[in-house]
Amino acid sequence: MARPGAVIEVDRNTPPVLFHFGEGIRLEKLPLGARIVYPPDPLDPIAHPERAIKRALAKPMEDDPLKSLLRRGMKLTIAFDDLSLPLPPMAAPDVRQLVMEEVIDMAAEAGIEDLHIIAALGLHRRMTEDELRHIVGERIFSTFHPDRLYQHDGEDPENNVYIGKTAEGEDVTLSRRAAESDLVVYVNLTLVPMDGGHKSMSTGLASFRSIRAHHNAKTLLASRSYMNPPDSALHHSCIRQGQLIEDTVRVFHIETTVNNHAFPAIASFMQKRETDWTAQDQAMFLATKQMTDIAPVAFKRNVFHAMRAPYGLTSVQAGQVDAVHDQTLDAVRKQLTVRVEGQTDIVTLGVPYLGPYNVNSAMNPILVVCMGLGYLFNFYRNKPVLRKGGVLILTHPCRYEFDAVQHPSYIDYYDEVLADTTDPIEIEKKYEMRFAEDPWFRQLYRKSHAYHGIHPHYAWIWAAHAMEHAGDVIFVGADRDVVHRLGFKCATTLEDAFEMAEQTVGRYPSVTHLRMPPIMLADVE
Amino acid sequence: MRSIPAFAVVKAAGGRADVATSALSMLKLGDVPEPELPTRDWVRVKPNLSGICGSDLAAISGHISLYLDPLTSYPFVPGHEVVGELEDGSRVVIEPALGCVVRGVDPPCPRCAEGRPGLCYNVTEGPIEVGLQTGYCAGTGGGWGEVLVAHPSQIHAIPESLSDEAAVLIEPFACCVHAALRGGAGKDDIVVVSGAGTIGLLTVAAVRLFTPPKRLIAIAKHPTQRDLARKLGADQVIVPADVYQRVRFATGARRLDGMNRPLLLGGADVTFECVGRADSLNDAVRYTREGGTVVAVGMPGEEKVDWAPIWQRELTVTGAYAYGSEPKHKGKRTFDLALDAAAEMHLDELTGPLFGLGEYRDAITYAMSAGRLGAVKVAFDLRRLRA
Repeated sequence: MARPGAVIEVDRNTPPVLFHFGEGIRLEKLPLGARIVYPPDPLDPIAHPERAIKRALAKPMEDDPLKSLLRRGMKLTIAFDDLSLPLPPMAAPDVRQLVMEEVIDMAAEAGIEDLHIIAALGLHRRMTEDELRHIVGERIFSTFHPDRLYQHDGEDPENNVYIGKTAEGEDVTLSRRAAESDLVVYVNLTLVPMDGGHKSMSTGLASFRSIRAHHNAKTLLASRSYMNPPDSALHHSCIRQGQLIEDTVRVFHIETTVNNHAFPAIASFMQKRETDWTAQDQAMFLATKQMTDIAPVAFKRNVFHAMRAPYGLTSVQAGQVDAVHDQTLDAVRKQLTVRVEGQTDIVTLGVPYLGPYNVNSAMNPILVVCMGLGYLFNFYRNKPVLRKGGVLILTHPCRYEFDAVQHPSYIDYYDEVLADTTDPIEIEKKYEMRFAEDPWFRQLYRKSHAYHGIHPHYAWIWAAHAMEHAGDVIFVGADRDVVHRLGFKCATTLEDAFEMAEQTVGRYPSVTHLRMPPIMLADVE
Repeated sequence: MRSIPAFAVVKAAGGRADVATSALSMLKLGDVPEPELPTRDWVRVKPNLSGICGSDLAAISGHISLYLDPLTSYPFVPGHEVVGELEDGSRVVIEPALGCVVRGVDPPCPRCAEGRPGLCYNVTEGPIEVGLQTGYCAGTGGGWGEVLVAHPSQIHAIPESLSDEAAVLIEPFACCVHAALRGGAGKDDIVVVSGAGTIGLLTVAAVRLFTPPKRLIAIAKHPTQRDLARKLGADQVIVPADVYQRVRFATGARRLDGMNRPLLLGGADVTFECVGRADSLNDAVRYTREGGTVVAVGMPGEEKVDWAPIWQRELTVTGAYAYGSEPKHKGKRTFDLALDAAAEMHLDELTGPLFGLGEYRDAITYAMSAGRLGAVKVAFDLRRLRA
């Protein structure tokens, strides 16, 4: 049976703890009395995923069996989550492939010919053919691509339709194909509680006009956290939009969850607590450390990005979105939740090489902030692990490094916007439309593999809550100029960072290290 | 002095300062006879300060275009950025162009009649030798000497409030005012000024004052230049390596990356090219929008420029040389416009260090690296000679 997550207090016998450091790793000794929060071990996966999928489709929640909804002559659309999750990408076969193959087989049995499959990428970048093939599998790819398997284009004026406004005045748009379908089957993979539910359709198949209703600084500041949907204004907005979408088009939701088996055998030491490391794990750590210390960045990046996670399916549920998503969240929380008593003066986090928006590319400084102050900070329920005004210490080299293909607008955002101000609300007022409407960014999003022009702003505001909450943010081992541009402080070593932090939180602060990834959700009492 | 072997030596040395100021070079320090007054109405001027211009450095280092050789008479005393004193002690700046009025040619050539003495085609006529400007003419002397002669039409009195250090920049500033008016940027235009030496910085100031655009972007290499560009009116200052990225974003253009260098589809409306080197020129014609204007302000030499963008983008590439009368300002002299504007500009902050004539080797070496050393206008201080 999988062990639950744990909170360990550092004593004299506690070994140094692993910190992720971009495409590198470090072992750091934490002060006596500090806490280390470990994620739960991976839950046992479902032994026969195909059977579980069939069962979920046959006995959906608060909906009719999928088979009964399929009929000859109907217009059927399958939409699925893009490569921004899971992280690292899942070892083949991806669970979305298994689900889609089942749905497609059922559609074929029903004699449906008008079937389109859309990658619901919202304003994310278009995937390459290889990336697409990895998610859907060779069979689906070779059968449907490119005419009937394609990627959503939120900037296509012809193929997005305006649906209306929610009671709160949020505009809602939807992919024309989805809106005009007799049935949309949404195939989701929920890795963290932020994913899935109404958010899938209301962001994945929407346009900027629709997404900006909740992807804004005000909403994000009112989402505490967005990893806990009941407390998330972001999700409340998505639910309102999703309900309008469900009034427009018949949607059958299929959601899946996976365990947190994020690292393959070769990197199993990252998966384990340091006290559990075997001689082989220690050897792998040393080899990896040596390699990452001396290898060129490009080489390290290739090695890390080639990793595939041996995730195992832990649940699959289908039917009406709210019922499905409740069960999905239960399954996710079961895997991720760690109970943590009380807040702390200082939280330390190692920011890894990968976040949702840099699959197969560099994690640029804005994405480092998005990952560290955004995602990792927000993995909590009730209250942040960090007390208000506390200090967040992050380890990442944070180089001035951008992928010009995937993140062209990030370069301008860093060079121009962050040179002007780092305040999310001020940025939004001054720059939102400029980035959103830049014709070149629009073209690169539509035709190349670039994130939408507005995306760096979303990555930045993802950290807005942490920026407001933390008294100070200190990066360890980072490029000083870059960190200063981001509006934070820089320390050479973790010890220096603790000393700097004391100026903000006082002497003898309480310290908690969140040992992620694998990810966890701190349930703070 | 004109010497083909000396020119060849300096050129072969790549214009290195130590060679360009050596005994083998074209530049000599020595005693020469005072220039004679060409006619009775000319006056003697004793320079107080005389700037070292980029064109002077180009001539000394062998980078100058040989196009200018037949338009110059030798030997000449350099120095055309001059603030000096008349015999009555009044302080003046010199407008160096040697057009028809200065040469006493009447009726004037059509260009001079238009108020453009820099384009005069009578530069071989009159009582002085061939030469476009004081400082490139054997008969007038120049600012790097103790005395020069000037026609009254070249003389502009300066107010007491304007220091010598500020006044020595009036000549280059007038060039830049003329360039700004030639560029004719509109209030909705996005303007790029490439280069932040004296001419680049003063062009930034001139564009801001005389043709304020929607956005003014300066390209500056060195930290001091970047600070000054901002002070003088640039909305945004960028480094040369970022020019395509920044101009693209500012203009909402599209960027295509080619085998050698990128290009923008769209781009700046007006570009003032104040560097005069191939790299900068080739960039300028790629980031200036189709149908846009590139104004060559800094003196270019014989540089290899790809004409394809000029052809395909139907660019207007225009020179902006010297000054004269400005039709857009009711025919007012460019020098007067510059003098009026200079009162509020604290131009003296751009001047220095100052060197004595005897320190000319150090001065020229310093001027050749001015940007890197945090200087803008390096000048000779001739007041010391009279003290």
